Amino acid sequence: MVDITIRKRPRTEAVITQRKFFKKTARGKVIKVLRERYLRDDVGCGIQNCSACENPATDSLPFSGDTHHKSFPEGHFVLPDTNVFLSQMDLMESALFKPPIILLQTVMEEVRHRSIPLYNRLKALVRMDDKRVWVFYNEYRSETAIIREDNESPNDRNDRGIRRAAEWYNTHIGLSRPVIRGQAKPKIPTVVLLTEDAANRKKAEESGIAASSIRKYISSLPESIAAQLLDLLSAADDNEIEPTRAASGRQAMYPEAKSVLQAGLSTGKLHKGHFNASTYNYLQGSVSVPGYPKPVLLIGRENLNRAVHGDMVVIDILDEAKWGVEGDEVVDQEATLKNDDADSDEDEENDDVIRQEAKAVRTSEAMAQQKEKQPTGRVVGIIKRNWRPIVCHVDATALPSAGPASSTSASTLSTQTLLAHPTSTLLPRIRIRTRQGPALVNKKILVAIDAWSSTSRYPDGHFVRVLGDVGGEDAEREGLMLEFGISYGAFGSAILGCLPPEGDSWVVPPKSDDNVAWKGREDLRDLTICSIDPPNCQDIDDALHARPLPNGNIEAGVHIADVSNFVHADTPMDTEAAARGTTVYLVDKRIDMLPALLGTNLCSLRPNVERLAFSVIWELTSEAEIVNVRFTKSVIKSKSAFTYEEAQLRKRRSVCNCPPCLMSLTHLLFRSRQDELTTAIRLLNTLARKLKAGRMAAGALNLASPEVKIHLDSAESSDPIDVEQKEMRETNSLVEEFMLLANISVARKIWEAFPATAVLRRHLPPPRTNFDKLKDILQKRKGMTLDVSSSGALADSLDKCIDSNEPAFNTLVRIMATRCMLSAEYFCSGSVGRDTFGHYGLASPIYTHFTSPIRRYADVLAHRQLSAAIGYSSLHASLHSKPHVERILEVVNRRHRNAQMAGRASVEYYVGLALKGRGEREGKQVTEEAFVIRTFRNGLGVFVSKLGIEGLVMFKRDITQFDADNYTVTIPGSSTAVPSGQDVTISVFDKVVVNIEVEKDKNTQKGKVKMTLAYPIDSRAL
Amino acid sequence: MGSRVEILNDGGFRSDGRRQYELRDMTIDLSQQGVADGSAIITHGLTQVLVSVFGPREAKMRSQTMHDRANINVEVGVAAFSTGERRKRSRGDKRILEMAATIKSTFEPVVQTSLYPRSQIDIFVQVLQQDGGLLQACINGTTLALANAGIPLLDFVCAVTGGVHSTSPMLDLTLLEENDIPHVTVAVMPKTGKVTLVTMETRLHVERFEEIFRLAGEAGKVIHAEIKGAIRERTSRLVGTMGSGPRVGGGEEGAMDEY
Repeated sequence: MVDITIRKRPRTEAVITQRKFFKKTARGKVIKVLRERYLRDDVGCGIQNCSACENPATDSLPFSGDTHHKSFPEGHFVLPDTNVFLSQMDLMESALFKPPIILLQTVMEEVRHRSIPLYNRLKALVRMDDKRVWVFYNEYRSETAIIREDNESPNDRNDRGIRRAAEWYNTHIGLSRPVIRGQAKPKIPTVVLLTEDAANRKKAEESGIAASSIRKYISSLPESIAAQLLDLLSAADDNEIEPTRAASGRQAMYPEAKSVLQAGLSTGKLHKGHFNASTYNYLQGSVSVPGYPKPVLLIGRENLNRAVHGDMVVIDILDEAKWGVEGDEVVDQEATLKNDDADSDEDEENDDVIRQEAKAVRTSEAMAQQKEKQPTGRVVGIIKRNWRPIVCHVDATALPSAGPASSTSASTLSTQTLLAHPTSTLLPRIRIRTRQGPALVNKKILVAIDAWSSTSRYPDGHFVRVLGDVGGEDAEREGLMLEFGISYGAFGSAILGCLPPEGDSWVVPPKSDDNVAWKGREDLRDLTICSIDPPNCQDIDDALHARPLPNGNIEAGVHIADVSNFVHADTPMDTEAAARGTTVYLVDKRIDMLPALLGTNLCSLRPNVERLAFSVIWELTSEAEIVNVRFTKSVIKSKSAFTYEEAQLRKRRSVCNCPPCLMSLTHLLFRSRQDELTTAIRLLNTLARKLKAGRMAAGALNLASPEVKIHLDSAESSDPIDVEQKEMRETNSLVEEFMLLANISVARKIWEAFPATAVLRRHLPPPRTNFDKLKDILQKRKGMTLDVSSSGALADSLDKCIDSNEPAFNTLVRIMATRCMLSAEYFCSGSVGRDTFGHYGLASPIYTHFTSPIRRYADVLAHRQLSAAIGYSSLHASLHSKPHVERILEVVNRRHRNAQMAGRASVEYYVGLALKGRGEREGKQVTEEAFVIRTFRNGLGVFVSKLGIEGLVMFKRDITQFDADNYTVTIPGSSTAVPSGQDVTISVFDKVVVNIEVEKDKNTQKGKVKMTLAYPIDSRAL
Repeated sequence: MGSRVEILNDGGFRSDGRRQYELRDMTIDLSQQGVADGSAIITHGLTQVLVSVFGPREAKMRSQTMHDRANINVEVGVAAFSTGERRKRSRGDKRILEMAATIKSTFEPVVQTSLYPRSQIDIFVQVLQQDGGLLQACINGTTLALANAGIPLLDFVCAVTGGVHSTSPMLDLTLLEENDIPHVTVAVMPKTGKVTLVTMETRLHVERFEEIFRLAGEAGKVIHAEIKGAIRERTSRLVGTMGSGPRVGGGEEGAMDEY
């Protein structure tokens, strides 16, 4: 039994053991809160073999500190204050920053209070294997706990607390190293307070604590490390070190953010929302706020007010007279600001930049007269920054030393200011200061934004690390993963420790009653089960079977790999899987959610191997109506693993009729076994067809997204050969139907069992206004109507959108309709109303994900809940807690979204490579048919369905006539580009032919897909 | 989102610096309060309760008189200043009535009521300060006050709240913790190991329950030691004082020993 004690709190020290503060409630009442605090002497200092502590720690801080720093030859520990973590997290996380760190509770709490993401990074830092960090709970240690004095700000109090702790450490270290007569004086390591606050440093030095600024501290580290670490220093603190520029003398470029945001928000004058930058125009963005049916438009640099894509901003709606419309032309940051120098921000030479920008904004204002106006606003404040490391590259021309020719000057360690260009067009360029400028050219680098002052056109950032050469596949891939926040590191030893010790020789133990593995499991090894997957599939997580029953009904079963048997709740492996959320599929790489041993071996339902499974078994009538369903843990032995293609063939062919085989007796046996499989597949197929018909009748949508397949040269070199559209076979839909059925059945079951915490998935119906534009275009261009009143009506009207000359037209409309919808999400059944459970796309009242636990974490949770619902195992406590489930699902949702986007971006990258390859092979430009999906004043947005890519065709805009209402662009016959001399009109949904080339920008080295029109006119002349 | 305070941090400390199985500081004051026959002021951390016991005395109301045993009457009053937000509670408040009923039913099997037929024992509980574990303080205070009043009890009754944060159980919750995590109050009779009260107002999973229940039972023993110590000290002081005063009457030595 545990040791239960009463903690005594001396009454005489009530001043320090009680905390009193006043709290204002939401209603405006002021409440006095009294909390007590138990001070103790058993809070460890974390230093190895410390004789002065009651229970010395076994790990963490080395006894003699770190002796590599020049200023502290006797060894030292660093004790950073809060601002160090707030602004220099990249530095602290760097593997090169090695000194043992004492992390104070005061600091932890302050970081937590200021920024939750940073706090999470801090916690990860503490857990990192190669870091030596000790969290010292100074607020609970009697000697270091302090109380706030009168007239002392919370900040001052915390600073004092930090100094007190540093002082205590110094005496404490002294205590554990007593001077013994006759022996050499023991080396006493120092505790160094790292702080950027000069006043704090001064006070520390007065009380005899070694203190240093970070820059100073790093500068006297060994030479090689110092140079690299200095680059990681955030720019936010530069003002203190280099007060050369008089900040006040500069003209502010943006209206200062107002401080009265909260009041404005509560009165409803101001609005809050996420800022979405426009892909087409860097001077434009939008914010969706409740209260306005359409997103609020933000036009122009001043109105954007330094908002970066994804930030949570507060906006003010402008007068209706100033409302504008979404720009109808493309404004490219690279082109407009090409010559903008990183150093010159406020000089007159930039006037032409400002003029250009103003012009771009003005034209859109002029347009407002003709077109229906959209609510327009301006950003007045930013509540929460969404700044994360950004993948960038550095422009070679930006270097003052004129290009890479003189790159030998890499040895000059002079600081340069450069502009880093993000890969994403949604983000602004970032100004960084670096000493290794020439070495960064042609490299993909990671840059973090630190601040964006109101006097600057660009945000200030700092260099984090080099990813690799621009265009190198590894660098591109890593950049992509970083951009979407995918953790791709190898699994740590603690995680691998959760795997079965037998490794890949693990087998299902022999059946016996007293074996734990078999307890409650059904023996389904004799069933004719098979799996159908894409070719070369390694993580087979589902298998199927079907057989007729004597009563005329059909038994069908879905067998899912029993991942929850290996991944137990609250283990390191589980935590990691929850954090990864999903397996990410890139074209050339798979980033697993679970270690490969599980994913591709122990949990993969390979043929002719016994495997543990979780089975859903239905009794269905021949009309595919469910008579009953049961769920059971089982042991199965798949008889065969088909590819979609093989299954398709088997469905058609009656018997194997190769003559030599027919002779032999073994073949007969073989055939009977094979025939059983064939019957099963046929049975499944008929059922699947009926299930699908039923689903479609209920109003399920048949949506489309551009899916292409990329052929890679060989396994080793990943040079793509070609791109083709994915082919759909009937067997794809066979598997899909049964998976849907299983998911729905499981969803019902776990919701019944755990109404408050069931892990479900839903797809909210899209707001009607989302379809307005598409409806309008269809009406005007094709005379077709789209009924969006319900999913069934939408499905019907989508079916009618057929152009008899254009088979691909329907798919195009479906793709565009899909983009109008919301994305599906996981949710915890207790946290939303019952009436919002529905899955719009599938037209199912309830849905979850159960069928791919190897690659999706939500499925693992569903497995655990189902297992508890059928009484096989008990549910882990964490899955009973609504907040816990909500928290996990929030992460999983985000990961899921990011994984999808990363997958798409990876495809895009490879399509580019493949096009380049094809162009080079054939010695001419690639020409493809495309549909126009958007028209601009100076260009067209086109979609190449065969390649699944979107592109822009740009014109010089002066010649064209643009009709925004009818979505057409007319090129007058007088133009030289039109040989026939007649006006050429291009509108949305028109089929055009485009030349596609991959152009390498000389400066950026960025492969960019560039499209030009080849038919009806040649736009190159335009 | 949850609150900004961590219930249990990575270092194993709770928000007030205690560890999981540490109870709050307890002080017991058994001095005379007014004209009550027995009284006690008990604090668990910042929760403070004053309990006064009157009786056994003649039942005031005929209707409540019972012929075979004494009637226990519990009244609870919550001071308006006991919480951070000043709030007056009427005596008819349902929650207060319920608490009184809970205390009554907890003590009915423990007080040897059959010794005092046709009489009444009044227990007045006055809550002076609240910071979680209110019921626990009321019950422990009542035990002390009853003992102080010299009313025969079968055993002490010691109550503790236990809660569970995710998977880690913890004892003696503060208000902050009570608001955040599921909790249960358990009152045990430490000598016999019997349980006279188990109550919870939040949902707690069955599988977590057993662990917390056992733990709270163990913690009851710790509280018992503390309560017993306080009573022993009070009694020995009383006895000491009695001995030190001027002897009244013949002053035979043996008379004292019988007590």
